[in-house]
Amino acid sequence: MTRLARALGPVPWLLPAVALIGLVVLWPVVVLFKTSFQNISPDGFVNGWAGLGNFRALFAEPALLSVVLRTVVWVVVVVAITMVLGLMLAQLFNVEFPGRKAARWALIAPWAASVMMTSLIFRWALDYTSGPINILLKDLGIVHSLGTNQTDWLGRPVAAFIWMMGVAVLVSLPFTIYALLAGLQTIPADLYEAARVDGADSWRMYRSITLPLLRPAFTVALLINVINIFNSFPIIWEMTRGQPGSSTSTTTTFMFQLKQAFIGESASMSVLNFAMVIVIVLVFLKVTRWKEQVN
Amino acid sequence: MTDITAGTSEPVLATGTSGRAQKRARPPRKPRRPLRPRTLFAAVAAYLVAIIFIVPYLDMFVTAMRPINELQQPNILPHHWTWSNFSTIWSTGFGASFRVSLEVAAGSTVLVLLVALPAAYYTARKQFRGRSVFLLLVLVTQMFQPPAMLVGIYKEFLSFNLLNTVFSLILVNAGFNLAFAVWILNAYFSSIPVELEDAAMVDGTSRLGALVRITLPLALPGVVTALIFSFIAAWNEFIVALTLNTTPNTQPLTVNINGYIGQYQIDWGHLFAGSVIATVPVIILFAIIEGKVVSGLTAGSVK
Repeated sequence: MTRLARALGPVPWLLPAVALIGLVVLWPVVVLFKTSFQNISPDGFVNGWAGLGNFRALFAEPALLSVVLRTVVWVVVVVAITMVLGLMLAQLFNVEFPGRKAARWALIAPWAASVMMTSLIFRWALDYTSGPINILLKDLGIVHSLGTNQTDWLGRPVAAFIWMMGVAVLVSLPFTIYALLAGLQTIPADLYEAARVDGADSWRMYRSITLPLLRPAFTVALLINVINIFNSFPIIWEMTRGQPGSSTSTTTTFMFQLKQAFIGESASMSVLNFAMVIVIVLVFLKVTRWKEQVN
Repeated sequence: MTDITAGTSEPVLATGTSGRAQKRARPPRKPRRPLRPRTLFAAVAAYLVAIIFIVPYLDMFVTAMRPINELQQPNILPHHWTWSNFSTIWSTGFGASFRVSLEVAAGSTVLVLLVALPAAYYTARKQFRGRSVFLLLVLVTQMFQPPAMLVGIYKEFLSFNLLNTVFSLILVNAGFNLAFAVWILNAYFSSIPVELEDAAMVDGTSRLGALVRITLPLALPGVVTALIFSFIAAWNEFIVALTLNTTPNTQPLTVNINGYIGQYQIDWGHLFAGSVIATVPVIILFAIIEGKVVSGLTAGSVK
């Protein structure tokens, strides 16, 4: 009886959390897998099982390969630039200068604001007749005249994708900088003192002290960024809707494009996305050795 | 692994990056010295970066103040400034969406706290079988985000007959914001010595009384952080609301604002007036918890 009571002890404390996670996070995963094997009409009616039909239809999509490759480029390039810039900016904002607190506050705007609204700001800023970025580029002589194909950045797939990657970097930087700043503050100052006594220059100190000791913070920020960028929907959705066609889509927006007409196929795209998230999570758990930490 | 955030072990003392830790370590204020060129250079560079981060949001405001007939003009600042977008937006259904956003954000935040507080407290205080399984579950859900499982969420709430309701959005937002709250509250509870509670109980207070009167007030910064963070996350949520709620009077602001994007034309004035109203309070709220958010997001993974 006491053993039973002990085993049941945590239940009232944890049950609500487990129930909420089960209902909102885990149950949709089950439904998602089920749906990917169902034959579903565009208005949502289930017409029996489809076997692997949805996956076959998905792999027969001519756009799929380029969408997947674009997703890889999207994640790798955005995360790489974010991490490198993040390292530099964290170093910069770690210097003590007057007004540092205010300057750091300014950094959080893209973090706090909805990514969707930030994306819309850039869609406006790139408007081909009166967007402020285009006006600025014209004043600088980089573009020749407004309202032309040249200023229609979002109408050209490659140019649009590059601008969207820029927005993705901007909204990912605040968290990255803050995470790395937190890492920098755990490095004891006397290490630098000792290195200075030994005659190390600042680049040497950065390489031999800062970078190695920053690694835990760097790794976590990196993996969280990978997850966020991979799942990022609003930037592409608001700036191009993944169009023209699906030439600026990643797997996440492609899934949403498919959802409008082919729910089953969209579900199989989601299953693939989900599998990729699982892989990232497993890497995350492995790298951070979470188990040693919760115990 | 070394402690990057210091947030998990003693967040009350080292709340992220606010520089408090440095101030503590530093001996009494040194007399102000003239700026060295290196510092001056860093300051100028940092101000420039800060401006780059802020300018898009200033432009949002400027565009909201632009009269409609100046929208096509090639000048960055309007000739005339007008508040009319801010006053006319309330007749476009913006008010109803504002209410939906408030209800979703407040409702899911209350739910998150109700569910996360006991779980975080218990896992911080007790060792029991299944503890690490539970914490793994929480950590994994922190990595899951709605876009990857959108079709599942949609089908689930379709089968519950809960599409186009505020309640479904409250549930989904609470579910996905739970992990952050559990981590940060767990860290705060762990940092409060259990002896404080024991002492109160010796004096005749019940365990619950000790929790409410002793521990909770000490963990208040953590509670506030969890509260503001889940409020903002729910307030900014977009893709789930876009998918589940298609009737205008159940759509939160993020979805409502997309209504100003027409097939051929975009009503930028109202769009940005709405965005300003939706964004500014959130940025100010976020500034309050600024440094603490990092420890909640990275907690459990680095300690």
